[in-house]
Amino acid sequence: MLRILDYIKKNQSPFFRIGLLLTLVITCAVLISLFYMPYSPTAMDRASRSLGISLRHPMGTDNFGRDIFCRVLYGTRVTLLIALGTVAIGTTAGILIGALCGYFGGLLDEIVMRINDALFAFPSILLALVFVSLMGTGNLQLVLSLGIAFIPSFSRIVRGEFLRARSMDYVLNARLQGASHLRIMFVHILPNIRGVLLSSVMIGFNNAVLAEAGLSFLGIGTQPPFDSLGQMLSDARINIMSEPRYMLGPGIVLILLVLGFSLLGEGLRTKT
Amino acid sequence: MTHQEKKPLLQVTDLHIEFHDHGQPETAVEDFDLTLYEGEIVGIVGESGSGKSMSALAIAGLLSRRAMMTRRGEILFDGHNLLTCDRKTLRSYQGDEIAMIFQEPMTSLNPLLRIGPQVEECLKIHHPEIGKEERRKRALTIMEQVGLRDTETLYRMYPHELSGGMRQRIMIAAAMIAEPRILIADEPTTALDVTIQAKIVRLLRKINEVAHTSILFISHDLSLVAQLCHRVIVMKQGRIVEEGRIEEIFEHPKDVYTKELIDAIPKVAL
Amino acid sequence: MVITLIVVSVCVFVAFSLIPGDPATRKLGTEATAEQVAALRAQMGLDAPLHVRYLTWITSFVKGDFGISYQTGDAVRSLLAKRIPVTFFLALIAFCMTVVIAIPVGILTAKYENSWPDRIVTVLNQIIMSVPPFFSGILLSTLFGLILRWFTPGAYVSYDTSFRAFLGYMLLPAFCVALPKAAMTIKLLRSSMIEEAGRDYTRTAYSRGNTIDGVMYGHILKNAMIPVVTFLGMALADLLAGSIVIEQLFSIPGISRTLITSISNRDYPVVMAVIMGIAATIVTVNLIVDLVYRAIDPRVSL
Repeated sequence: MLRILDYIKKNQSPFFRIGLLLTLVITCAVLISLFYMPYSPTAMDRASRSLGISLRHPMGTDNFGRDIFCRVLYGTRVTLLIALGTVAIGTTAGILIGALCGYFGGLLDEIVMRINDALFAFPSILLALVFVSLMGTGNLQLVLSLGIAFIPSFSRIVRGEFLRARSMDYVLNARLQGASHLRIMFVHILPNIRGVLLSSVMIGFNNAVLAEAGLSFLGIGTQPPFDSLGQMLSDARINIMSEPRYMLGPGIVLILLVLGFSLLGEGLRTKT
Repeated sequence: MTHQEKKPLLQVTDLHIEFHDHGQPETAVEDFDLTLYEGEIVGIVGESGSGKSMSALAIAGLLSRRAMMTRRGEILFDGHNLLTCDRKTLRSYQGDEIAMIFQEPMTSLNPLLRIGPQVEECLKIHHPEIGKEERRKRALTIMEQVGLRDTETLYRMYPHELSGGMRQRIMIAAAMIAEPRILIADEPTTALDVTIQAKIVRLLRKINEVAHTSILFISHDLSLVAQLCHRVIVMKQGRIVEEGRIEEIFEHPKDVYTKELIDAIPKVAL
Repeated sequence: MVITLIVVSVCVFVAFSLIPGDPATRKLGTEATAEQVAALRAQMGLDAPLHVRYLTWITSFVKGDFGISYQTGDAVRSLLAKRIPVTFFLALIAFCMTVVIAIPVGILTAKYENSWPDRIVTVLNQIIMSVPPFFSGILLSTLFGLILRWFTPGAYVSYDTSFRAFLGYMLLPAFCVALPKAAMTIKLLRSSMIEEAGRDYTRTAYSRGNTIDGVMYGHILKNAMIPVVTFLGMALADLLAGSIVIEQLFSIPGISRTLITSISNRDYPVVMAVIMGIAATIVTVNLIVDLVYRAIDPRVSL
């Protein structure tokens, strides 16, 4: 923990600092909303339909009388959860595949990377779309599809790092001391490439949020009642001229969220 | 040779270079004085970080003016102070009057351009009146003069197809094509094999004898300097600790550091 | 290259054969008798073992017969033939916009590194990259369409009706697609040029009396373009694969919209043909990138 704080203090990059601030503020807001939410995001109130911005409703209310601010908080929670699931699947599978292929190389590497390259060539939103079409719609399927769609790019990065690390002196040294392959892979190499990993995890978060928003727009995103930010945005499209407010709240939060992750990833990459 | 009778070509007085990029100013070079006469070879010796390369870059006008550093003193060439003159004047000397070759022949050539255009570049910049054919002819001639064979083929090749020694010869050819009055050689042999080192040193001496080009030879290797130079400047931690004719320095070194350097030369080499 | 395509084709075929839901049953409806279904399965060739069906599929595919759409009963080939030019032109315009915007801006931001315009561009870049494409599409189409009235949303004109009107309609969608790509290209080119500016050969170029512009355009730019070419290649493949969201948003009847409708209609021959087509496009673009690479970098040989 102290080391993390120390790292934050040392990393002077303004990208990193702004990114950290944005992600922290949004995450904290979401965490607080888990325990305290002034209005229910789904409660419809006929008396307060389409209200403007006020102290009671910082982002106003929508045409069902739902408080937009609370809906945005809730949507951010959903978006973050989906991104978390996606990155978790992508990272775990990506590290395993990348580590095995990069470390051992050979025929396994050749075959797996062929498939990987073929998949990598496709835009990830297209991949996710195909997976959704194979597995059907639903929140779990969405996370799975996005997660699988992110495996290729991740395993590529990890493989590259393992390939490079394989011939480094510290790995050769560990091998001379009789460490097992598994131990070398996960005790010696993995911690050494954590900078690159962390940075790509952040970029992964950023891409997952964007891809989810895209899928929501295409109508195969989250299923009600779990409205993500992307879902809210595409719902608000109908009213863009009469009530641009509906779009502004979720739109800005979504942009800030993505910006935060991408700046964090950027800052981590330049500094490590 | 009595160079002292000739007029000085380049006169550096009281050169100071300071860096500011880490908060505290760091002195890289201080009180650096140097006079280079026509047709003379002067060596600058010192360990890495002694400020010898920094001084050479300053003379060649290659210290970025935007970088966080201050430079004081005077580098007088042809009546202009190269430290303060405008960029245009400085550029008109670079490559045409003052040329430079570098330590890493592997990376000092542009990997994407053919050898020919790189050798010709100085001519193209400073003597646009010379036609394409004539330029090519001169490039081939100078390439032969620096000891390269099969120059027609070489002319069309790319840097990565050549060995380190050949690339350094190309660098020298490119530097010499506009017949500069001063050639600054910043550790030109450090990255090369010992046998090639000797050849390059011989080539530099030949250039000095034939074209009367003054050479500023920067090296950490005192024995190489002894083979080539007329005078030598010994630097340590940004300062000149000793200066004099090669024979004097070897026979009566005044500074402790110079003695250490001389003692460090394997006796066989002498 | 061919191997990649074969891998993709096997993956696609197996994946779509394993999906639950029998196309014959779907086509006939739930009231059909078991005999009717079996007859149609035989007619559609669905009763053969997997590898036999794959071989039949892939051989006719290579011959240019992409099968029959379950939905419309038309040949997939003629169905796609109308859609491909649409996506192709969208991609082409967007790609040109990306290059035209990104290359000069990238060079200038690198040249005037850390100046105010450079900082503004850097910040703008980060923001643009964070906006989901459909959101910027909505914002831009609202701005140009409903407020400035330069553009009529939804008034798509087919390229065979009026090519000029078609191109005119495509400009805004293409811009929406190009914007994030341009932002990434600018960022990449800028950092690549700054990196090359610190290399030894740059110092050599300065020592010969080159002006800053001489070094920039004569030496650095070509070297700095190498990673950018890779990225632009990926971007082009990406664009040709169809800008799913933008085609949907601007109701452009291109490849991606076909893909989405076919997916929701479970029209698998069309889906498979589109995926294979995209894979083939990507492979071709990669080949072109390799060729461009060899043209600019003499160190690459293959």
